[in-house]
Amino acid sequence: MSANTHSTVLKHHFGDLEQQHASERLGMWMFLATEVLFFGGLFGAYACYRLWYAAEFEYASSFMNLKFASINTVFLVTSSLTMTLAIRCAKLGDKAGLYRNLLLTFALGSAFMVLKGFEYAEDFHEHILPGTSSFGGEIKHDAEAQGLDTGKVRLFLCFYYIMTGIHGVHIIIGLGCILWLVQQTYANKIPPENYSTVEVVSLYWHLVDAIWLFLMPMLYLAGAHIHHVAH
Amino acid sequence: MTTAVTSITPKIAPPPPEPAPAEPNYLNVNYSLWGWLTTVDHKRIGILYLISITVFFLAGGIAAGIVRLNLLSPDGAIINEDAYNRAFTAHGVLMLFFFLIPAVPAVLGNFLIPMMIGAKDLAFPKLNLASWYVFMVGAAFGVYAILNGGIDTGWTLYPPYSSRSSQSNVVPGVFGVFISGFSSIMTGLNIMVTVHKMRAPGMTWGRLPLFVWSLYATSLIQLLGTPVVAITTVLLMVERVAGIGIFDPLIGGDPVLFQHLFWFYSHPAVYIMILPGMGVVSEVLTCFSRKNIFGYQAVAWSSMGIAVVGFMLWAHHMFVAGISYYSALLFSFLSMLVAVPSAIKVFNWTGTLYKGSITFQAPMLFALGFVVLFVIGGLTGLFLATLGTDIHLHDTYFVVAHFHFVMVGGMVLGYMAGIHFWWPKMTGRMYSDWWSRVAAAIIIVGFFLTFVPQFMMGYHGMPRRYPNYPQEFQVYNVMSTAGASILGLGYLLPACYLTLSLFFGKKATGNPWSATGLEWQSPSPPPLFNFDEAHMPVVVCGPYEYSLGIDQMGRGLPEGPGLGTPNDPSDKHGESSAPGPMKKETEVVG
Repeated sequence: MSANTHSTVLKHHFGDLEQQHASERLGMWMFLATEVLFFGGLFGAYACYRLWYAAEFEYASSFMNLKFASINTVFLVTSSLTMTLAIRCAKLGDKAGLYRNLLLTFALGSAFMVLKGFEYAEDFHEHILPGTSSFGGEIKHDAEAQGLDTGKVRLFLCFYYIMTGIHGVHIIIGLGCILWLVQQTYANKIPPENYSTVEVVSLYWHLVDAIWLFLMPMLYLAGAHIHHVAH
Repeated sequence: MTTAVTSITPKIAPPPPEPAPAEPNYLNVNYSLWGWLTTVDHKRIGILYLISITVFFLAGGIAAGIVRLNLLSPDGAIINEDAYNRAFTAHGVLMLFFFLIPAVPAVLGNFLIPMMIGAKDLAFPKLNLASWYVFMVGAAFGVYAILNGGIDTGWTLYPPYSSRSSQSNVVPGVFGVFISGFSSIMTGLNIMVTVHKMRAPGMTWGRLPLFVWSLYATSLIQLLGTPVVAITTVLLMVERVAGIGIFDPLIGGDPVLFQHLFWFYSHPAVYIMILPGMGVVSEVLTCFSRKNIFGYQAVAWSSMGIAVVGFMLWAHHMFVAGISYYSALLFSFLSMLVAVPSAIKVFNWTGTLYKGSITFQAPMLFALGFVVLFVIGGLTGLFLATLGTDIHLHDTYFVVAHFHFVMVGGMVLGYMAGIHFWWPKMTGRMYSDWWSRVAAAIIIVGFFLTFVPQFMMGYHGMPRRYPNYPQEFQVYNVMSTAGASILGLGYLLPACYLTLSLFFGKKATGNPWSATGLEWQSPSPPPLFNFDEAHMPVVVCGPYEYSLGIDQMGRGLPEGPGLGTPNDPSDKHGESSAPGPMKKETEVVG
């Protein structure tokens, strides 16, 4: 912790590094509170309709691809581990380890998005879509056969696309931040004293993971996946 | 080279001696346009916000003028019904999202919070600059929507009208609101972290000026409320653009859900608009009555109380929207509950004034106006929080008058008080004392004439947002429009004398009001990093030790010019003078 690194890492308006790190951490935690409320609006709306239209929501949920979602969950949870290891490497000054863990996190996050893309393509192919005209295929046929309100089934699909879409946007922003960290590591801007930069990004990344852990049961596990094992 | 030039030019008198270089301050260092647009100095960003929101206030005021002029005649005096809808929506959207919400937090909060707690800057200066750009981008979308045909939904944007039926620019307008919301979150986050982490040595939570407490409570609402309206506007835009969504009953949704989500933010947002004004009033009343605040803890915690309880009563906007009887009962009770912390503040302000050495400079006039108008606005709110009377008064001009008393009578006057109080600090110039007092008087008179008739016609049943009305309401409408023109004149006056003061005003001393806060311990205008770097402030006492005559650093207060003759008639056309002598011995608190 030489005086030289101190002066480049410490911003002029802070008294010392401890204050600076604490501010950065607190700022990110407050931002996470904002994010929780942002998704909270959606979760609240979902909760209302889930209570009112339980049968339709369970029915529609059973058409979600549980296999893709499970693999994606493993990807994201593992990426949280590698992100945390990246903080440790940053703290220890292990630059190679920092690179490795950041890139691993990036790869796992990207894999999530790629798989999500395949899932959307499949949904599109099977007309599991919320629009009045695009909605169709098996999901519509079976719903009508079972006497369910297709409008409410489409309501579930709205939630599915909006929630996973907004979550996906958050993942992409997170991936951008991780790439930025890689660039900062390359530019030697993350000495051990400045590890909090990695920590702040990791806080965001964990939140995005945590939101997925709520989305997964809400969207994929609301209904029993029995009647169309073929998927 | 020089000699060659002088040899061919005629002999001239030696150049006059260079004027002494001005003390470097935040205004005169690097003052190019580029320097301003890339600044990360919280004071300059505050000024950037000040200029922007003044423009939006003017635009929103013009829209209000159109609405009021049209209501002169029962059939619409100047525009058709459709244009009328767009005019009142423009007024609401501009005033709420682009003036009231950023007014005090982004202008005075930005400028003053670091100075008041003895910091060099906010915790995240770049985020602060980003917030201004985000605000301007959001405003650009909003202004585009309004100029390019307008929005006709009202600022509340209720679906299914806004999502399905409206033929106006709902999407760009809503997108502008969505974007500017992020700027509000950024400002709130910055202020909260700054208050938590950047306080000077000795600046304990119990020694924070009450302005800081009120901004802290405001920031909490911005942080936790704004994201909910953000997601709501996203859902609304998806519904309108893609035809899929969760609000329109035709496609399976429920419009009341929109109202819940919308008011979950928009009700707390009214506290975003009033709490900062309350903070300003606490600063101004103590200074101009030369007394410690009565009940510091009560005033500070009532801000937090308003912020917390304010989150739990949104559905009182929806008593007639078909919510259940029992939930209406609960929301009615909670609405009454929020009156308690507001009343605590008013009682404590009154206690502060009691036996104070009061002088009536412009900031004090505005602050006293705030207290009176806020009390009227608050009490009429109780009529609306009561289930039975709300059914009669809902969506009438009574509601319009009520929230204008709080928003305009409260917040705009609070903002005016703040601008007048800290103008010398921000610009280093004094404005005309006489003209500022005249402006305060005109604004308050104009305000009463505008909005008291609206209570009357609302009580008699005139619905809000209607362009036409029965003949019997015309007398009230004419009175209201007459008042609005007086009010408009009142607002133009400060714009004139404050601008003139920049060029012709007397130079302000560091502490022209002889106030106690840390922000006054630095020169006017302050240097780049607020305080002398070698002598950063150390706080030794509470924020309002007027009775001891010491500032927060424990130093004696200056005796400003004009002391002893605060209301001297010979000073009629002169500059603002300092408050009166500290002749009253008041109890020492803290």
